[in-house]
Amino acid sequence: MWIYEKKLQYPVRVSKCDPRVARYLVEQYGGADGELSAALRYLNQRYSIPDKVVGLLTDIGTEEFAHLEMIATMIYKLTKDATPRQMEEAGLGDHYVIHDNALFYQNASGVPWTAAYIQAKGDPLADLYEDIAAEEKARATYQWIIDMTDDVDLQDGLKFLREREIVHAMRFKEAVEMIKADRETKKVF
Amino acid sequence: MDKKLDEQYYRQLLELQQLDFALVELTLYLDTHPNDMQALQQFNQLAQQRQQCANQFEMQYGPLMQFGHSYSKYPWQWVESPWPWQV
Repeated sequence: MWIYEKKLQYPVRVSKCDPRVARYLVEQYGGADGELSAALRYLNQRYSIPDKVVGLLTDIGTEEFAHLEMIATMIYKLTKDATPRQMEEAGLGDHYVIHDNALFYQNASGVPWTAAYIQAKGDPLADLYEDIAAEEKARATYQWIIDMTDDVDLQDGLKFLREREIVHAMRFKEAVEMIKADRETKKVF
Repeated sequence: MDKKLDEQYYRQLLELQQLDFALVELTLYLDTHPNDMQALQQFNQLAQQRQQCANQFEMQYGPLMQFGHSYSKYPWQWVESPWPWQV
């Protein structure tokens, strides 16, 4: 089971109301390689992957939910004081009409989240390679969002998340090697 | 949200976040390096430190977790302290 902890993994600060950046950040909330996709992808792959790497998928999948809450906090803080007019000017007029200031699992272009973003092939290497690619894509997206803002407080939180993608990709690459090594051992016997 | 948040709240929270970050990193590392004795020792040592730090924080600012993993004073404290996106 999962137990919620009432704190963020890393402090989230923003220095101004900025719905324009919030609109881009939604990509990491409900986009193809966002945090929701990541969490659901890894936790769902656990049931058909070798025991040796189930722990890693469980732990990274769980950490992704902490990242999802950080992104939600960023979006919340960037938009909570925005007027309908400011939302509209930031390109969030449609969002305001449909959701007010509520969060919604969609990408930066307003496309709702879909399970088609995530895969589970039952083949450990195919799944892990997808996971590595997803982390690298998320890392790149974080960089592009960092480039789109001059808010150093926001950048600080985004840089933390960008670095986490790198660490996760590294651990997944090690998991690939563990599975390969395991197969080699089995061939010998 | 009746408790006023002071400097100390943010300082203690940060201390806990720092300990927990080290523990997350060690957890993922140990998932792929299960035989690293030194990392394991560091993990167990920090886990103990983390527990003390969390207990101290909870005494002051209320429960961090639910379903029996944290204690509560009367009346039920769960919604009394601010949520993570409100601080």
